[in-house]
Amino acid sequence: MSRSVRLALAVLLLLATPALAQKKETPRQYGIGHAATPEQISGWDIDVRPDGSGAPSGHGSVKEGEKVYLDKCAACHGEFGESAGRWPQLAQGKGTLASHDPVKTVGSYFPYLSSVFDYVRRAMPFGDAQSLGNDELYAVMAYVLNLNDIVDDKFVLSKETWAQVKMPNQGGFFDDDRDKAEKAFWAKPCMSDCRPAVKITGRARALDVTPDEKTQKRGGVE
Amino acid sequence: MTEPIDKTQASRRRFLTGAAGLAAASAGGRALADNPKNLPPNVADWTRALGEGVGQRAYGNPSKYEKDVARRTVSWLTATPESSVSFTPLHALDGIITPNGLCFERHHSGIAEIDPNDYRLMLHGLVDKPLLFTLEDLKRLPRVNRIHFLECAANSGMEWRGAQLNGVQYTHGMVHCVQYTGVPLKVLLEQAGLKTNAKWIMAEGGDAAAMNRSIPLAKALDDCLVAYRMNGEMLRPEQGYPVRLVVPGWEGNVWVKWLRRLKVGDQPWYTREETSKYTDLLENGKARKFTLEMDAKSVITSPSPQAPLRAKGFTVISGLAWSGRGKIKRVDVSLDGGRNWRTARIDGPVFDRACVRFYFETEWNGEPRLLQSRAMDETGYVQPSKDALRKIRGVNSIYHNNGIQTWAIKPDGEVENVEVG
Repeated sequence: MSRSVRLALAVLLLLATPALAQKKETPRQYGIGHAATPEQISGWDIDVRPDGSGAPSGHGSVKEGEKVYLDKCAACHGEFGESAGRWPQLAQGKGTLASHDPVKTVGSYFPYLSSVFDYVRRAMPFGDAQSLGNDELYAVMAYVLNLNDIVDDKFVLSKETWAQVKMPNQGGFFDDDRDKAEKAFWAKPCMSDCRPAVKITGRARALDVTPDEKTQKRGGVE
Repeated sequence: MTEPIDKTQASRRRFLTGAAGLAAASAGGRALADNPKNLPPNVADWTRALGEGVGQRAYGNPSKYEKDVARRTVSWLTATPESSVSFTPLHALDGIITPNGLCFERHHSGIAEIDPNDYRLMLHGLVDKPLLFTLEDLKRLPRVNRIHFLECAANSGMEWRGAQLNGVQYTHGMVHCVQYTGVPLKVLLEQAGLKTNAKWIMAEGGDAAAMNRSIPLAKALDDCLVAYRMNGEMLRPEQGYPVRLVVPGWEGNVWVKWLRRLKVGDQPWYTREETSKYTDLLENGKARKFTLEMDAKSVITSPSPQAPLRAKGFTVISGLAWSGRGKIKRVDVSLDGGRNWRTARIDGPVFDRACVRFYFETEWNGEPRLLQSRAMDETGYVQPSKDALRKIRGVNSIYHNNGIQTWAIKPDGEVENVEVG
């Protein structure tokens, strides 16, 4: 490379570098949006994470929780978390996950206390969301943990005792591995004589669970 | 004067009697005669009389003869309609865009009715400047238009153990495809300024479920939108009015509706919706988590159990295909349950992570057929058979069932959801 070409390249680089750097560092500020105050944030900032961060102050015992639960939860979830009708079952199900009929409950499936605590705090009781006081919330959670034999009858749940709660299925999950476990699905597809003669092995009509379109009330907006 | 109650049925019947003379008993409809008064050489009523003037239909609806084209529910699926799902009538639609009023619904605590004046989006957490945006603020920011499919991870979830529901609306109707208008999420995050340890964001709804999900920051910065319009008009209340998150190619549950808060964090939250729900339980009792991308999938929408064949001879087989990993590259159709395949014709635009429409033109003369379709995307992923999927995942997954659907065509043109082996 001649000296003049090298020089020209160096000049080009010098010219180009600040422009590139500038583009990367300062995304455009539009001056749109308003500062959110700590007070505004505190009213909506209700999420709780696995280590308990975000959990409110307060505490509740299993015994206190039993009363809250019977008043506000048992109608749908059953007195012992066994579920009434089609509402979610909260207790039992241990040892069923590898069976033909897995029963996913707080005790058998949820990996973290926060996964259920955060949910109840934001969405329960169904139809009266975010109505539980912090002590009631801790108490009812303590009771549900007790229904699942995760804590004993004397347990008091609070931020301080949070870390003592060990959820049985915490190790039951692993990251999406479809790109490896299902690598076979990335393959050139067969076009002819791909399989032996095909037989019908099951029919939807045999079950007869499809809604009848003539009698069903229509959904949607009018 | 006798008026046909349902002209759709009447026209089907006309087609039927005029064509191959297939048994009318199997049509499942009323036996209606055409009204000769409207047929040539007579001049129809509507050709003589004035119709309704403008302004009578300030917001237009489909013809009254199309009233059967509607979302439907499966009442036994859920405990209550407020936490339930309704299904898109895929069998009655064509092209790639789903009309707004027919997009399937999935709510966890009913439809929030949000006054747009009181709408606020909070953005906080690991940012330099926590911000609140009004709806007008969002509309002032730079916006983009993107056509994407949205599929519920539980679409086809009732079919893991075998053919169950007899209608594409129910087996595949938890998908829709519309054009969104919104602000790239990246732009909003840039206004707040990300801290260096920012890795995940949590999106939260403003409905009574306050549904919350974790999304990796890389995805948030890549192609997510904070959208307020669908197909040009403001979002429908059922779809999150006034603002929802758009997460192209990823399971519908993360497309948080009635979006009220975005919090930036350093780790996922492991919320109820990404642990107890939307994890894929395998046969060994262990569950995959954060299976966010939707695998390539396709289905024949017509003929299908709700859209049987009504005439012999030339027949257009039509369907939809989509992939969460990119563009659909090809769709194949089989008439013999997957033994032999031929490539279908894709018609209309092919967008990234959007539905495509495919057609396969053939002859049908009453022979029994086992129809299947198979999608391929630009990553080379090929939609698997249901058995291939079950071999790896078992039957307890609930979510992410993208196996190849089989429709059995009977000699009378009726169609049934079947399993083949």
